[in-house]
Amino acid sequence: MQNNQIILNIVRFVVLMLLQVIVLNHINFLGYVNPYAYLIFILLFPFDASKTLLIFLSFLLGLSIDLFSDSGGVHAAACVLVGFLRPGILKFSFGVSYEYNAVKLNKVTFKERVLYITLMVFIHHFVLFGLEIFSLSHIVLILKSTLFSGIFSVLLILCILLLFNTKEN
Amino acid sequence: MQQIIYFFIKNKNFLLFALLFLISFILTLESHSYHNSKLISSTNFFSAKVYSVTSNITEYFDLKEQNKILLEQNSSLLKYQANTNTPISQIPLDSLLSKNFEFTGARVINNVYNKTNNYITIDKGYNHSLEPDMGVITSKGIVGIINKTSGKYARIQSLLNTKSQINAQLKKSKHFGFLTWNTQNPHIVQLTEIPKLAPIAIGDTIITGGNSAIFPKGILVGRVANYTLENNDSYTVDVRLFNDMTNLSHVFIIKNKNKQEIIQLQSSDDAE
Repeated sequence: MQNNQIILNIVRFVVLMLLQVIVLNHINFLGYVNPYAYLIFILLFPFDASKTLLIFLSFLLGLSIDLFSDSGGVHAAACVLVGFLRPGILKFSFGVSYEYNAVKLNKVTFKERVLYITLMVFIHHFVLFGLEIFSLSHIVLILKSTLFSGIFSVLLILCILLLFNTKEN
Repeated sequence: MQQIIYFFIKNKNFLLFALLFLISFILTLESHSYHNSKLISSTNFFSAKVYSVTSNITEYFDLKEQNKILLEQNSSLLKYQANTNTPISQIPLDSLLSKNFEFTGARVINNVYNKTNNYITIDKGYNHSLEPDMGVITSKGIVGIINKTSGKYARIQSLLNTKSQINAQLKKSKHFGFLTWNTQNPHIVQLTEIPKLAPIAIGDTIITGGNSAIFPKGILVGRVANYTLENNDSYTVDVRLFNDMTNLSHVFIIKNKNKQEIIQLQSSDDAE
């Protein structure tokens, strides 16, 4: 990673974390639906950077969200899982080509981008709500929360990425 | 030996993932176990500071609503004064309560109500002599129990928490049960284990029972919205709270001066 990339990622980490805990955690659309847009950090983390570093940073990001929302370690667990699964999901959504030449998220087709974001968001949300509610008798509630929050998150993440697209180029 | 080192290097990503996932899983389990979630909480210096800065800004948005609540409370106190001719400064918040209880006001800096285990953070802590297991109310009704304190902040386990079990009773017949929450609706909690004999009707008032050292008897909780008979011959009652748990700004913490004595007495009974 180059210097400006490191600074960009640090800023992104802090800004997304604060945005999540101050604004997005308090939306409560329809009573319980909140978007989790801090995933953008893991989604955009440089594709050619170290995978070990990504896993560790995902854990830190999740843990800092947990510190704010009194939820034990549920965000940390969900984040560390998607951080670990990201290379596989990248390969699945963009084909093997991503390993050889650096794919950029704003240069792939819209369909591939949505597939990548949707997969990451739904895996993250399922683990998150599964651990947070932590009871098999509430499986319907877990699936309902995952579905609604997931749709909300995907839409919000797509909007944010579109808004900041020009800056990245 | 070389093989082992090679194995570690080859699988370092997976091993790191497994370790970190295990840590977060343990933290999660710890937060689900009763009364014991103390490692990760929003009373730490950093998050509490961020929350108090943001609540300093956002509290201006509902000043109107808070003024209305204050006005209602003032008018009920004035009414009490006019009817009894005692100077207002000598009576506690609610004269029905005995003099063994002290009240401390605090401001809510973070309030969550959309999860299954909800917590509220307030801006006073053990520097203001708050301790875990003190009750928290507003002028309208019950809120929860403090479960962790730091120097300047404290965390309240809200009524809207599947781990909460608070003693409460019917106002007219003194039959008591436990307040729990089924996570469905932040305005409605469940009162369980009310005996079948109890005369119960929709609209009845529910108050706290005096059976614990945490809440004095007679703090308002809510009204009966619905009730069903369970298999074990007891009612489960849906209680609509007087408090709007989604809009809390100022709360009172109850300190029981005789708590130590009560606990000592109860534990000496167990020893015999």
